Amino acid sequence: MTEPLHRHESALRIADHPFLRGLDPSLIESLSEQAVERDFDPGEFLLRDGETADGCYLVFHGKIALEVSAPDRGRLTIQTVGPGEILGWSWLTPPYRWQVDARALKHVRVVRLDAGVLRRTFTELPEAGYQFLLRLLPVVAHRLENTRIQLLDVHGV
Amino acid sequence: MGSSPAAVAPVGGARHPYAPTPYRVLSRVSETADTVTITLAPAGGAPIDAHRPGQFNMVYAFGVGEVAVSISDGGRFPAPLVHTVRSVGKVTHALAGVVPGQVLGVRGPYGRPWPTEPAEGRDVLVVGGGLGLAPLRPLLQELLAHRERFGRVEVIYGARSPKDLLYYPEIQSWRQRTDLRMQVTVDAAGRDWYGDVGLVTARLADVRLDMARTVAYLCGPEIMMRTTARDLVDRGIPEEAIWLSLERNMKCAIAQCGHCQFGPVFVCRDGPVFAYRDLRRLLAVREV
Repeated sequence: MTEPLHRHESALRIADHPFLRGLDPSLIESLSEQAVERDFDPGEFLLRDGETADGCYLVFHGKIALEVSAPDRGRLTIQTVGPGEILGWSWLTPPYRWQVDARALKHVRVVRLDAGVLRRTFTELPEAGYQFLLRLLPVVAHRLENTRIQLLDVHGV
Repeated sequence: MGSSPAAVAPVGGARHPYAPTPYRVLSRVSETADTVTITLAPAGGAPIDAHRPGQFNMVYAFGVGEVAVSISDGGRFPAPLVHTVRSVGKVTHALAGVVPGQVLGVRGPYGRPWPTEPAEGRDVLVVGGGLGLAPLRPLLQELLAHRERFGRVEVIYGARSPKDLLYYPEIQSWRQRTDLRMQVTVDAAGRDWYGDVGLVTARLADVRLDMARTVAYLCGPEIMMRTTARDLVDRGIPEEAIWLSLERNMKCAIAQCGHCQFGPVFVCRDGPVFAYRDLRRLLAVREV
């Protein structure tokens, strides 16, 4: 179910999200172009491994499982993402392809920012792109650090 | 298995520091594929001294060896002793394989307990990883037994997978309480798990406590405690309000042998519970 947002309403909602809170309102207004609010029922996929990464999701409600397939272990959830978090950054750099499946565990409500709008905005306004990256990189770094610790299997030794 | 209790009885009325007291196994409950919880009662003689949450005993499998094991239930003295043991070596393998009626030796209790006085009137955050929940369980029981003394209480518990969660029935009952908020997360899970997946540090963002007035208690893998303590300080908990329990290879438990030495401290005597403020620098030193 996809529901385009009223332009002013989306700017307000997106501005409320912790990931974007405090960003220049005019930039938020630009990013909200083509933004859509989306709901997903439990079990529905937000994105699939290998598909084109064409959006960035601001999570407002629910819980999302990031899944990979592992030989002899089936589908594995490697991380969950919840309210206040951001889902997806593969839209930022080529080849713009998702690397995991993201599946709703509970009813999920997100705002999807259009990848084309994001990239175009950041090309035209490099300062805005830098501000966005300053927020995105800590998320990526934190997840990388978590993955490293998970690889150590500290609970299993 | 199960030597005669008479063989290890105190000599001349005074208990030798290395002499174990015979305890009989009352029950053995499988927690996970490799972890059991055993309940012990004195095998006819006097019990060991009363213990406090966070302390440990040396538990002796006769003919095999002795290991340090946290006391994992805060039952009031002289309640039976409860220990949760993970089978990772020769002695723990023997302890994990005990049967009711079998006799083990127990020395203790040893070490500094979790200090609860600093948490009175404040919010409390308890963070456990894997088997680290075992020494935190008596602390939680004490917090809940005197619930009115503390502010909001939150628990974050992380395990390798849903199958590796300890005390599952108790976790369920804790999660149903209205005076305790508990988050459970695992490193990886199948599709039958609807809870959180990720490290305990990822759950800190969802903690709803007044961090400047929170006391935190941590136990788990050292790298988990190090990163969690660092994150907690970043989120506003003062260093002196963070307590953690270290695990080291303890042999004598009375600060004589040096096996558990961690820089200038003996974990058996000066710990296993330490203030993060006192350990922060040591935790950052490699190969200590």
